[in-house]
Amino acid sequence: MATHTVSQDSPGQDLQPPPPRPAKKRSGARAPGERSIAASPTTWFVWAGMAAFFIFLIGVLVSVVVDSLGKPWFDSWLPQHFVTSWYSDAWDQFGMAHIIAVTLIVALTVIVVSVLVGVPAAYLLARRKFPLKRTITLLFLLPVLMPPITYGIPLATVMYNFGLGRTLTAVILVNLVPSVPFVIMTMTPFIEQINPTIEDAARMSGASMRRVFTRILMPLLVPGILAASILVLVRTVGMFELTFLVSGPSSDTLVVAIYRAMTAAGGGEARQLISSMAVVYTITMMVILVVALRFVSPTQLVARVKESRDD
Amino acid sequence: MNASTIRGSKATTATASLSHRLAERGIDRSLLMLVPALIFILALFIYPFSYGIGLTFQPSAAIQKTWGAGALSNYVAFFKDSFTFDSVWLTMRLALPVAVFNVLASIPVAFKLRQRFRGKKLLTTLVVLPITLGTVLTAQGLLIFAGREGWLNRFLIQIGVVHQPIAFVNNYWGVLISLVISGFPFAFLLISAYLSGIDPSIEAAAKTMGANWSQRFRKVILPLLAPGLATTSILTFVLAFSVFPSARLVGDAMGSTRVMSLMAFRAFGEQNDYPMASTIAVMMGVVELVVVCLILAWRSSMFKGSTGGKG
Repeated sequence: MATHTVSQDSPGQDLQPPPPRPAKKRSGARAPGERSIAASPTTWFVWAGMAAFFIFLIGVLVSVVVDSLGKPWFDSWLPQHFVTSWYSDAWDQFGMAHIIAVTLIVALTVIVVSVLVGVPAAYLLARRKFPLKRTITLLFLLPVLMPPITYGIPLATVMYNFGLGRTLTAVILVNLVPSVPFVIMTMTPFIEQINPTIEDAARMSGASMRRVFTRILMPLLVPGILAASILVLVRTVGMFELTFLVSGPSSDTLVVAIYRAMTAAGGGEARQLISSMAVVYTITMMVILVVALRFVSPTQLVARVKESRDD
Repeated sequence: MNASTIRGSKATTATASLSHRLAERGIDRSLLMLVPALIFILALFIYPFSYGIGLTFQPSAAIQKTWGAGALSNYVAFFKDSFTFDSVWLTMRLALPVAVFNVLASIPVAFKLRQRFRGKKLLTTLVVLPITLGTVLTAQGLLIFAGREGWLNRFLIQIGVVHQPIAFVNNYWGVLISLVISGFPFAFLLISAYLSGIDPSIEAAAKTMGANWSQRFRKVILPLLAPGLATTSILTFVLAFSVFPSARLVGDAMGSTRVMSLMAFRAFGEQNDYPMASTIAVMMGVVELVVVCLILAWRSSMFKGSTGGKG
């Protein structure tokens, strides 16, 4: 399809090569392939925008870290003293050990279940043709396309009706709703790019479906499953809206606990306590992200989708 | 292969078992792998969602008293109560500019970061970093960094740009900034993924034929990027559309940033009016669907000719 576009465009009048090429005049002295040292206005514009973005980003990050370490800090550039007591205070006051344990349990359960449910479905969607395939694909796409709160509120209502409100089960169940479709969406293109002749060969040699799965497919799928799991982990740990709707004091994940501390009645907890919790959260997420980037480049995931769609 | 198998199958139709005939249409035992995912999506998505829609036609006594009895009085309340209905406008006023800005700004940045230069990987990681921060942490950081006593205002006053601290937070702009910080990396990641899926030799070919920068962009890159742009706009919009923590934390929750998701949560968590909460959630889905359809219509109308057979 790529070459089509060009061959369709090229006979058009617009792309007729203008013989003298006036644009080249200014930089004519350069050797071909060499870049000019003076950047163009657009480049400057882009870099200025990036700079502003980074000022805000770094400012946001650093001020939270400084705030979590400072005592007291009101109207000066930096706090008067640096202490670590906010961390121990927050740890005791909010029961951080419990909150972190809940967060990890929820995230791990969601990963395991969504991989177990999602990968077989992704395999069928990638390999087979069957009736109603388009409808089913659309069904799996819907939860990803909708804002979480749209289906979260009816879902939470159902959870409360079943008496599951504020329990760990409810938190896990609501987090599964966007995760399973997400695993299906990322694994389908991944499976599509595995050569089907390998499975055919195994089946010809008499391997049953289960053996094909455990012996042939699993080893090939491990990188994809790992990538999908890490992305699900990031999403689940960061998921606020859905968890917030059904969680209670004993089943709050870290994000929700921070939010509750910020909006607690009476102006919320001391700002520094919240900052230290936020730092813990950020460090957790960054460790996950660093690990994730070692295993997966999100760029490849989408690029594969494009390739597989073309043929 | 086709002709002989079809003829063979026709000849054996009368005697072939039912399972054989079904298998020829793509139905066999391996489809069972789809069952867990289907049960999951039906139980946790379709059922709660249809239950929620049903709930919207059973208004609570309080709503019926104010807005008249009848199955539709939730919807009457939604459209007639200006306090609720205004939130549609307030949400759009935030989400649309943010989505447009994030997508438009990430195109040039993705282009710049596609070139090779020192520290490219570091810069890319830094841009993507805020994805891990989450809205709650960004809100906390913004409150400290851009608050009245924050570094940003302190710096602006020190260099004499302003005399009074600028109100960056607890208003419309605070939410806007926080949405850009969390949404831009996401848009950038998607756009650069789609951009990397475009074969650079196509652009090189256009360059060889004498197309200048803007021609190459309009006639070659943009048509190829259009599907990716549409997807990115939709996902970025959905992300910004369901803002909830930032609207509450860095916004003016009762004034200029009283977004739909806040209203839905108020009805759900504070007034325990589940039917009304579901009504607002369903209306959120409708509004979002309208915008998504508009984006898709724009995409199919704008580039139908030049993209040729691409779907």
